[in-house]
Amino acid sequence: MSESLIFEKSVPGRKGYSLPDLDVPEVPIAELIPADYLRKDPPLLPELSEVDVVRHFTNLSRDNYGIDQGFYPLGSCTMKYNPKVNEDVARYAGFAALHPLQPFEQTQGALQMLFQLEVALREITGMDRVTLQPAAGAQGELVGMLMIRAYHQSKGNLRRKVIVPDSAHGTNPATAALAGYQVQVVHSNADGLVDLEDLKHLVDTETAALMLTNPNTLGLFERDILKIAELVHSVGALLYLDGANLNALLGLCRPGDMGFDVVHSNLHKTFTTPHGGGGPGAGALGVKSRLAPFLPVPVVEKTEKGYVLDNRRPRSIGKVHSFYGNFGNLVRAYTYIRRMGAVGFRKVSTNAILNANYIRTRLEKVYPVPYNRFCMHEFVASAKKFRDKEVHAWDIAKRLIDYGIYPPTVNFPMVVEEALMIEPTETEPKENLDHFCEAMLRIAKEIEEDPELVKTAPHTRSVTRLDEVRAVKQLDLRWKPA
Amino acid sequence: MEYIPNTKEEQHQMLKAIGVETIEDLLSDIPSEIRLTRGLQLPPPLSEPELKTEMLRLSERNADLLHHVPFLGGGAYDHYVPSVVGHLAFRSEFYTAYTPYQAEMSQGLLQTIYEFQTMIAELTGMDVANASLYDGGSALAEAAMMAVKITKRKTILVSSTIHPSYRAVLKTYLSGANVTIIELPSENGATDLVTVGKRLGEDIACILVQTPNFLGCLEPVEGLAQEVHRHGALLGVSADPISLGLLKSPGEAGADIVIGEGQGMGCGLNFGGPNLGFFATKKEYVRQMPGRVVGATVDTKGRRGYCLTLQTREQHIKRERATSNICTNEALAALSATIYLSIMGRQGLREVGRLCLQKAHYLKHRLCEIKGFEMAFARPFFREFVAKTPVPPSRINKKLYKGKIIGGLDLGELDRKLKNHWLVCVTEKRTKEEMDHLVAAVKEITT
Ligand SMILES: Cc1ncc(COP(=O)(O)O)c(C=O)c1O
Repeated sequence: MSESLIFEKSVPGRKGYSLPDLDVPEVPIAELIPADYLRKDPPLLPELSEVDVVRHFTNLSRDNYGIDQGFYPLGSCTMKYNPKVNEDVARYAGFAALHPLQPFEQTQGALQMLFQLEVALREITGMDRVTLQPAAGAQGELVGMLMIRAYHQSKGNLRRKVIVPDSAHGTNPATAALAGYQVQVVHSNADGLVDLEDLKHLVDTETAALMLTNPNTLGLFERDILKIAELVHSVGALLYLDGANLNALLGLCRPGDMGFDVVHSNLHKTFTTPHGGGGPGAGALGVKSRLAPFLPVPVVEKTEKGYVLDNRRPRSIGKVHSFYGNFGNLVRAYTYIRRMGAVGFRKVSTNAILNANYIRTRLEKVYPVPYNRFCMHEFVASAKKFRDKEVHAWDIAKRLIDYGIYPPTVNFPMVVEEALMIEPTETEPKENLDHFCEAMLRIAKEIEEDPELVKTAPHTRSVTRLDEVRAVKQLDLRWKPA
Repeated sequence: MEYIPNTKEEQHQMLKAIGVETIEDLLSDIPSEIRLTRGLQLPPPLSEPELKTEMLRLSERNADLLHHVPFLGGGAYDHYVPSVVGHLAFRSEFYTAYTPYQAEMSQGLLQTIYEFQTMIAELTGMDVANASLYDGGSALAEAAMMAVKITKRKTILVSSTIHPSYRAVLKTYLSGANVTIIELPSENGATDLVTVGKRLGEDIACILVQTPNFLGCLEPVEGLAQEVHRHGALLGVSADPISLGLLKSPGEAGADIVIGEGQGMGCGLNFGGPNLGFFATKKEYVRQMPGRVVGATVDTKGRRGYCLTLQTREQHIKRERATSNICTNEALAALSATIYLSIMGRQGLREVGRLCLQKAHYLKHRLCEIKGFEMAFARPFFREFVAKTPVPPSRINKKLYKGKIIGGLDLGELDRKLKNHWLVCVTEKRTKEEMDHLVAAVKEITT
């Protein structure tokens, strides 16, 4: 049964907080702040004891699902296991109880950590400099686009257009537009890769950049990457990598060696910082040296006097974060890198690829894979053939919930109809992959025998299928007292 | 490897099922020219015990605030985080989940977001709030962009008393858009209303202010609201939710958009991040709002449930026409804030405010008794104030640090006009003893 709202549990006069008594002489508030600046009644927050609050959120957590409970093959999101040691380290007082404006002498350990994380990410991506400021992938994209803009501006030609594949993640076109660019779409070819002919038509001296994902969102490696890079560079444009899928490349090849000038990496995917129920993330952005002057401030530098934050960079695009990014996540990512080392990372990428191909092979006969070849860390199957039973990818996702599995990403990328985007990651054991495959195969049978069962799923959660249309039509975004 | 379960034998079975000999066979699409032929040059891997020792050593090169007493604020605040916050927010069903795309499997998290939206709307005096943004800086930028879209006007007025980093982030975000940013001068530590009156006109999309502002002063929001609305512009207020148990909500004072930094609500300091951007507005603007939002609905049996809603504003559907590019937000920080506000409750948040207010005024009073110290501005303040000092604050801070006290921000290092100006912060955690200690040390240094 679902939990009542915390406001509905409130009992006037109950108290859950513990604060010291005021230990200085009290001055009447009216003498400190004019009456018209003051709130008349305290805000309508709940009044509860500590145990009430603990039970409320504990019960809510039990009506939720994370990686620690089981398989979470949400494509494009790299829902891998988040090592517990990361959590312990991030809570060390020297990292957690540190104020961002303390003088550098007091924060040398934090600055050193940032510096060493940058060095490691440079090596992993093959880029020359990395900023750790972006708070998520999309903000990394924005920083990248604004740096590209600044670069072209410095060359005296602003350029108007950014090219984005039709298979790209939504943040790519959204970010390019936010950065002031006109978005042009390049189509995928019959192999699910960038259509080189189409790209040739689009690329010209007004092109600022091509934003590419590699492996792309179909989980396929862009085999023509060197040709693409050459084409883009031939008109003076830059090549941007949405590195959300870096998990497949670790230790095998590096964006910097493929011709990418700018790359963002989602540390909350490849580098195991927890997804937090939707965030916080961290979107480290790497660039080649010709773009380095435009990096956001501050930049961590090592000097004779120790580590410092350099704010005096006249060509910088400016600041993107109130302080220096999601430091707590950066600590976790760095901890993970130190645990893995070079050998560990090769095991990560190869096992992620192996797991994905194993599922693909087990499912391909029943769930056709429109662009079917060896995939990288993920693949996209289609549920289109079930349309004659009026069953959609969305329904299959809902039915998987009844098998205790978090559903794959559905209806993305848009180049596949009824897409089911499956990314197992390297941290999943074979028996879980098998359990998933068997659930998927059984659902296919259920669709044949009893489509209603699938169309009305899930049947085993605290709620049955929710009316999402009503949620939009009769907007209810907050509780109000009766 | 403890994070990669499959054994050699299992890998073998899987390769066989795929129909290949080795993993190498699966990599044939990667052109050989770009294959890495050497190992990555990274430090050698550490076992878990070695790793913890190494990282602890690194952390100990920082002066942590468990062993030092901070009077430092400037946008990041050392508020008390009740024990329950970490224990509940870091239940792994929450923190190892992702965005609740599949509502039926994510009801717990969705309900907490709905509760968060309710609390933020209540504190800010707005109709609706979103599920979070990155931080106070990007929230300010998103507010400006929304105001531009709503009013279809291209100039925004930004008070120079807003946190300098937030203004910097705003400028970065808008650098690709065709929008003019004009900074409003300050008068006695707050936005100068006379200039506001002169500068407002048909071209202005919004005015943005912060209260308490970067200098600690409360802004005359009500006066601003009247001026702004007379010219058809919107008023965006960056507010500190910790102050809103005590202070009038910006909504009640006439704001149209209320954004801000929620780090003080149970998120801790973490050297400046993760922080918590929040965004609230009036219901007529909800379709222009950035970020995710959760709505209540019903299931097929008529029972209450929650789901992500109004998704047609967002990048995954609208792509280049989305209201914002944000995808991953600060969900876990929002959850921490929700738990914080639940445990503090109606009276507790007000009590935190009362303690900050009274203690900050006590310290102000004691400091101003010292020769050469005086208040820089004659304005009401909440938790933070600017004192003029007889010697550079960084010199005072150096001495204080010897006694394990971390002094306030030396504003002269940010702005030469503010030489010998010290931004001092007192949260509910500071005791009379600590403040008396600070005062005694300061006296010793300056007299
Ligand atoms: C391919 C791809 N690009 C970009 C993003 C955006 O990253 P973030 O959500 O961290 O902003 C994501 C994930 O959400 C993604 O999967």
